[in-house]
Amino acid sequence: MAMDDSLRELYQEVILDHSRHPRHFGALANATHAGEGFNPLCGDRVKLTMAIDNSGRIADIKFEGKGCAISQASASLMTDMLAGRTVSEAETLMSGFLHLVRGEDAADLQGDDRDRLNVLAGISEYPMRVKCATLAWHTMKSALEGGTPAKTE
Amino acid sequence: MMAQIKPRLVGAFAPPRADFEILSRSVYGKPLVYLDSAASAQKPRQVLAAMSAFATGDYANVHRGVHFLSAAATQAYEAARETVRRFLNAGQAEEIVFTKNGTEAINLVAASYLAPRIRPGDEIVLTVMEHHSNIVPWHFLRERQGAVLKWVDVRDDGSLDIDVLNAAIGPKTKLVAITHMSNVLGTVTPLKEIVARAHAKGVPVLADGCQGAVHETVDVRDLDVDFYALTGHKLYGPTGIGALYAKREHLEAMRPFNGGGEMIREVTREAVSYADPPARFEAGTPPIIESVGLAAALDYLSSFDRAAIKAHEHALLSQAREAVREFNWLRVIGDAPGKGAILSFETEGMHAHDLATILDREGIAVRAGHHCAQPLMDRFSVASTTRASFALYNTREDVDALVEGLAKAWKILG
Repeated sequence: MAMDDSLRELYQEVILDHSRHPRHFGALANATHAGEGFNPLCGDRVKLTMAIDNSGRIADIKFEGKGCAISQASASLMTDMLAGRTVSEAETLMSGFLHLVRGEDAADLQGDDRDRLNVLAGISEYPMRVKCATLAWHTMKSALEGGTPAKTE
Repeated sequence: MMAQIKPRLVGAFAPPRADFEILSRSVYGKPLVYLDSAASAQKPRQVLAAMSAFATGDYANVHRGVHFLSAAATQAYEAARETVRRFLNAGQAEEIVFTKNGTEAINLVAASYLAPRIRPGDEIVLTVMEHHSNIVPWHFLRERQGAVLKWVDVRDDGSLDIDVLNAAIGPKTKLVAITHMSNVLGTVTPLKEIVARAHAKGVPVLADGCQGAVHETVDVRDLDVDFYALTGHKLYGPTGIGALYAKREHLEAMRPFNGGGEMIREVTREAVSYADPPARFEAGTPPIIESVGLAAALDYLSSFDRAAIKAHEHALLSQAREAVREFNWLRVIGDAPGKGAILSFETEGMHAHDLATILDREGIAVRAGHHCAQPLMDRFSVASTTRASFALYNTREDVDALVEGLAKAWKILG
């Protein structure tokens, strides 16, 4: 029997590549914002540091973490996409991403952003795993809001 | 695809698959392979039928009314208590307190037995392989009353060194709280010897029997254990009911747990006096239908040769243990001699949740995570493990499916 297509989609090469070779991995020495996310159910952890300049632009962003392929790939992809964006763009992107992974209408997610985040769209078929994909994003939000630890469960 | 394949027999024991209708269902179009019984076991039709018959024929609240059904329900509820007594070989039915689960049974001991006896600096001895339900109640006493938790390590193979445990029991120790069988490692602790050592120093012992009661034959009088906690849903019974065995002398000296109906002798505007055990600890309407289910589950389990079940589960464990040796990317955590039928492992480059997701799509239910045993995860330097647990209804084919599923997962993720 052929391997489950939905599994192939979930664990497609892009995801595995991001999880094995995470982009922006590490911690910023000059961070203005930091957040920590933890999923107490599975032990996934994400530590996020951001340097946000006076114009509200994310000049640099890094993450450190430990966890499943989905949570790590999502963090890697997120940092890759947020670097250089404004805080308000980051929040819009997050809202679109949440719609996407929850299988809701993600009309607010367009163009290249949509294409890049689509690799995680398959998670909507795995309700128990959605929290893995959203952990980094909630951590980003909490860092912007002053660093209250984010939790997904 | 769903053709009933006759299971290959392991020794003399034939897994009673037909009693568990759920086992014949499919998941994602594949036959269900249920290897998560250590989290919760499936229920045989005998349990469901007993609950249904009671609820449709004899149900009312217990210990309250004078009417026919109330008497019938009370009789059934107290008969269930007697069944638990027999299952544990306790001396008296009054030594069995019904709770909502194993967690509540341990919390009851913490709140009603130990809390009034704890002075700052007093010690509670426990092991690193305890489930959170046998950790957090003691942390409460640390936070609120200054108790000191003394942690006993396990060996690298997951076994317990009783001399290390014994050395941890000192003049300030007020309780040894230890699992009978680890829900992660499968380690079975030498409870009788532990109790003997602790008693020699005047220290009582609480055993968390949530796994142990399922896989070991328990005789609380032979063990001489002071407290033994169990939960119904892992024993092929319903959720919402557990039980605490406690020696009568302890129960009589214990203050009430929850306050409410059933647990009083007399209530006035100025004062309250309490009922005798076990009613003193069973405030409010208890899990009545569930008590009937639990009794049916214990009767069901006792209708088999428990030693044959154990041999069967061990054969499945050995089959799985041997098969995974060929996976050099897999490390088993917990290889203690005489361990119970639980196989936990970590996988190199594959996170437990990714692995469990892939197995799930093959119809295989395993547990992934920290298994409510975070201190143990720290001990073995892992964030989480994948756990397959075996029950009386599992077959060699289930193990084959697990091994094939693991190989597939490695192909995708490895």
